[in-house]
Amino acid sequence: MAEPSTHADPSRSDPVLDALAAAVGPIETSTFRGQTRVVIDAERSMESLRLLKEQGFDLLVDVSCVDYLEYKGAKHRYGLVYLLASTATNRRLTVRLFVDDPDPTVQSVVPLWGAANWLEREVWDLFGIRFTGHPDLRRLVMPEAFTAHPLRKDYPLQGRGERHNFPVLTRDDG
Amino acid sequence: MAIAPTEFETRDLPAADGSRSEDYLWTLNFGPQHPATHTTLRLVLKLEGERVVDAMPEMGYLHSGFEKIGEHLTFNQYVTVTDRMNYISPMANNVAWHHAVETLLGIELTPRCRYIRTIIAELARISDHLLCNGAVGLDTGAFTFFLYGFYQREVIYDIFETLCGARFTNSYTRVGGVSQDFTPLVIEKIRSFVKTFPKTLDDMERLLTRNRIFVDRTKGVGVLTKAEAIDGGATGPVARASGVTRDLRRDEPYLAYGELDFQICCASAGDCYARYLVRMQEMRESLRIVADALENLPSGPVNVGIDQRTALPTKQQVYSTIEGTISHFELSMSNRGFEVPCEESYAAIEAPNGELGFYLVGDGGETAYRARCRPPSVLHFALFPHLIRGHTLSDVVAVLGSLNIIAAELDR
Repeated sequence: MAEPSTHADPSRSDPVLDALAAAVGPIETSTFRGQTRVVIDAERSMESLRLLKEQGFDLLVDVSCVDYLEYKGAKHRYGLVYLLASTATNRRLTVRLFVDDPDPTVQSVVPLWGAANWLEREVWDLFGIRFTGHPDLRRLVMPEAFTAHPLRKDYPLQGRGERHNFPVLTRDDG
Repeated sequence: MAIAPTEFETRDLPAADGSRSEDYLWTLNFGPQHPATHTTLRLVLKLEGERVVDAMPEMGYLHSGFEKIGEHLTFNQYVTVTDRMNYISPMANNVAWHHAVETLLGIELTPRCRYIRTIIAELARISDHLLCNGAVGLDTGAFTFFLYGFYQREVIYDIFETLCGARFTNSYTRVGGVSQDFTPLVIEKIRSFVKTFPKTLDDMERLLTRNRIFVDRTKGVGVLTKAEAIDGGATGPVARASGVTRDLRRDEPYLAYGELDFQICCASAGDCYARYLVRMQEMRESLRIVADALENLPSGPVNVGIDQRTALPTKQQVYSTIEGTISHFELSMSNRGFEVPCEESYAAIEAPNGELGFYLVGDGGETAYRARCRPPSVLHFALFPHLIRGHTLSDVVAVLGSLNIIAAELDR
């Protein structure tokens, strides 16, 4: 568990990642605490993820996003994280891709995994990443009329006066 | 009796162009405040008579920005917030959070700590399943069953209170250890629980498992097939009741699970009744794990050593050794604390509800740069419309209860 971080070991061959590299070109892989991570190209995300699903990653564990606005040495603004797992072999794979402002857009993976539906809605809600091809891209946890994306790093912890903008209803109004 | 969804769906759903007049359909708003939702969630149901044509689940009423708060609280402070996620089993959340933190920081726990965390996580699982099955019973008319379950939950609360002083919001774990070691009194209480609980479990099974009313209300209701469960990202008892044999305790042994003997409980029917049976059986297995781990509890320190500078030293160490004093000082200072790698990692545990994981991004600072929580309830709730279509209104509460949706975890 406490092994040091070892990055991109080219000598270790992996059939799944080899197949991915053969299909979509060179990919960046790394390992940390025994977890394999791969960075794919955002333009070809659908193709890559479909290939990974065909390679046995049938369970989409999570879709989340990281806003790298204040991260040291980050080259991109948003990093999307797909956590995949296989129910047959129990293997896990973390797939990451990067998108940038002004219009962060990525293809929806709902056609591949139904689980992506609400997870992508949550990412859209909290980070403002648009998923093209999503069947129902509405906000998930914030109210429909909300205008900001609160998990972005430029959004303050205390909010931006949303509470003051709510109309005050008294008993007589009701 | 409920009609299976497939039978119904072929009958008369609206045409693709929506040409069918839906005037006779009745829209019912269920929640967000309703005793049978148990928590604050909302369903908009489209009814044809008493039959549910469609359901639109809505969440967010309890959204409190836990993930945003996670970026501003230190690794030890945030454990208090995880208590409030799935408040039915807060201990399991504590364990999940610090499991993820320790994976990121690369801390290896002491054997005693691993066993203690295993025991409390399993007790949390029992208390969760007692409430979940009890609530299914309650919603389908079996009030006595619920009381039996709640009485035993009370016993577990009592154990937790003796252990850490809090019954509900335990905040028990710490980075590299736990807040309190097991005392002989705690061990005695857990032992007596292990002895007395099987009898209550037998009583509960006798009350409900072959109860005609309950079986009629739950069998064949809310069927989730194996393929749908995998596609929808279901985990935990919901997936296992559908024949997915995935359990992180066995598949990715963490804590002390690799050294303990237990069975994974599965069913293949995928309906509410199967989910009930899986949970009942899981309680027996959890009890086995608790008994096994308690009798094999290793001695030795419970927190990692002072030299690792992760867990606070005891007062004895602070006042009598220089290492203890330095370690205490550094951990209490805002800019010293832990060495956090600029890395990202994901670690999950098999929480009572399913896979509860945290995706943590470290940036060298003392707080997480991003603390994503992977909540099992969200994916289960997303499956709800599919499970309820074609069933009657009275089945809504049975399905909702058997999925064990906890809104605080749902919305975070």
